[in-house]
Amino acid sequence: MKVPIQKLTDLGLGIFNWVDDRLHVKKIWESTAGHHVPQSAGSWFYVFGSATLLCFMLQLVTGIMLALVYVPSADESYATLEYLTYHQQLGWFLRGMHYWGSNFMVGIMLLHMTQVFLFGAYKYPREITWLSGLALLVCTLGLAFTGQVMRFDEDAYWGLGIGAAIMGRVPFIGQQLVDFMLGGQIIASETLSRFFALHVFVLPGAVIALVSLHLRMVLTKGINEYPVPGMVVRRDTYDKEYAAILKKEGVPFFPKAIDKDIIAASFVIGGIVACAFFFGPKGPGGPADPLQIDANPRPDFWFLWIFAIAALMPAEIETFALLVGPAVIGLVLVALPFVNGTGEKSWRRRPVAVIVTLLVWISLGMLTYLGVTSPWSPVMDGWSAETTPDAKILNRTPLELQGAVTLQYKQCRNCHAIDGLGGERGPSLSDVGLRLTKPQLVRQVVQGGGNMPAYGQNLSPSEVEALAQYMISLRPEGIPPARDTTLPRKPKD
Amino acid sequence: MLALGFGLNAVAGAAVGIPLLGYVLSSFLKPRQLDWVSLGPVEKFPEGKTRLGNYKNPFHRSWDGSTADIPCWVRRIKGNEFQVFAINCAHLGCPVRWFEESKLFMCPCHGGAYYEDGERAAGPPPRGLFTYEFKIDNGNLMILAGALPTLAQPNA
Repeated sequence: MKVPIQKLTDLGLGIFNWVDDRLHVKKIWESTAGHHVPQSAGSWFYVFGSATLLCFMLQLVTGIMLALVYVPSADESYATLEYLTYHQQLGWFLRGMHYWGSNFMVGIMLLHMTQVFLFGAYKYPREITWLSGLALLVCTLGLAFTGQVMRFDEDAYWGLGIGAAIMGRVPFIGQQLVDFMLGGQIIASETLSRFFALHVFVLPGAVIALVSLHLRMVLTKGINEYPVPGMVVRRDTYDKEYAAILKKEGVPFFPKAIDKDIIAASFVIGGIVACAFFFGPKGPGGPADPLQIDANPRPDFWFLWIFAIAALMPAEIETFALLVGPAVIGLVLVALPFVNGTGEKSWRRRPVAVIVTLLVWISLGMLTYLGVTSPWSPVMDGWSAETTPDAKILNRTPLELQGAVTLQYKQCRNCHAIDGLGGERGPSLSDVGLRLTKPQLVRQVVQGGGNMPAYGQNLSPSEVEALAQYMISLRPEGIPPARDTTLPRKPKD
Repeated sequence: MLALGFGLNAVAGAAVGIPLLGYVLSSFLKPRQLDWVSLGPVEKFPEGKTRLGNYKNPFHRSWDGSTADIPCWVRRIKGNEFQVFAINCAHLGCPVRWFEESKLFMCPCHGGAYYEDGERAAGPPPRGLFTYEFKIDNGNLMILAGALPTLAQPNA
């Protein structure tokens, strides 16, 4: 039978025209995918925005999949998570993709923001693009935090407690805010339901709306041209200059500028899939059972820097910093395109912008590293699990050995390491005999101070004596102990 | 006509909006509720010791699961002299652990430490441990409970 190609083509065209007549597909396509962008914008630096959106779309799909099984109830959620992870066919992989997709989304979004900042893309006339991007950042971090709550395990439970404790520091309406956040007076089922509603309805809806605005602005005000040093933005001339660039070297976004986005997209998806496959999903950790008090709550990766700040902040300014800090950062970011809306765009001519960017990333990196290692946390089993190295026991007098036992038994090593074993909250005791004299050691143990509790109520004089003698012996062989230099040297020193 | 339309819709909007806000913001309208719950007979808690107690949140829902069970630290000083501490660190609410040997509560999150009487010993907490009101009723240790203690409302 001969295929009537001509007839089929006509039929197809007819159907397309019928649809186009009603939906204006061609017009919409031309004004969106076909809109003209400066050729210079087809750069590898410009792929992060589309990559973030791609992550979000993947989150939508995997999120809906997870919602097919997950039950948002304090009573059931943990069981459904375990079922998802260990029994549901490929459930672990979907959970893994959703978890890694969220990590990738936040990370790539931060790269996008950094690029926009360094390339001056927030300047005139793209203020609303920047502002909608900020709102998207807030929503995305909100999704990451509420998502962590969906994994209703001990980290989620105590993480909510931390959130509530921060709310409780708000003056005047702190209590109401805590109850509002928790959906009650205590962390329980209504808290989970509340965060579930935020995570699957409110925040994704807000992101979809904000992305629409964000992309609308890209269409109306154009994508930022690749900045050239010396090309200065002026409010009265920029629009004409941009139009001239488009006229001279404008290309349709599809298919001329989208190629790198597409390649980056495949790498992003590949990265998420690979992480999900090789590392799997996170947790769930221990169940959200408050009676399991040996929990060691840690937030997810992108919040570790806040966790670190909470540990390092002096107590006197902490409430102020926790409440006012975010407001100040928000205000600076919102004000940026208005107070710095003109001038040079290229980072080569904006040393302050470069320094600020470096400082922010280095600070975030260092705080995150500290959050991972959390040296301020006592090692809860330091006293019962860590051994005492041989060299720190050999050739000691009975009194010194008694001190070694006291040091172990009184849990000193939860905060003090010996040869790297034990906590890092306080200084290492490996060679404390070199640093402190006996009166100093006794004073420190009995009275505490400098972030150490006072043990005077809790140690007998003989225990203090033994402890001090042992600590004096903690020093390299052949080197005399620390001595009070205000006293005359004794012959045997 | 248009003015009438706006007016009618303002009424309709209020009819929807006010209940909606009332529903979501009920925490701003409802007074705080606490109730007495038992931690068990007083003999459960030896004199001079600090022990982990637990109770069911008096306002729990049937679908709360394990989150309805709340722990607390009970210090029986002697006789009917007690101190009942919330499990939550006064810094950011993490669960503090009791160390009998050093007579300290230590927090796993940011390194807060408290003495056995709940006073702040070290670290970032701005105050001592939150305490529950207690009473002895029929030989049972009762505490006034039902809310997560925070700096805004320290009574657990």
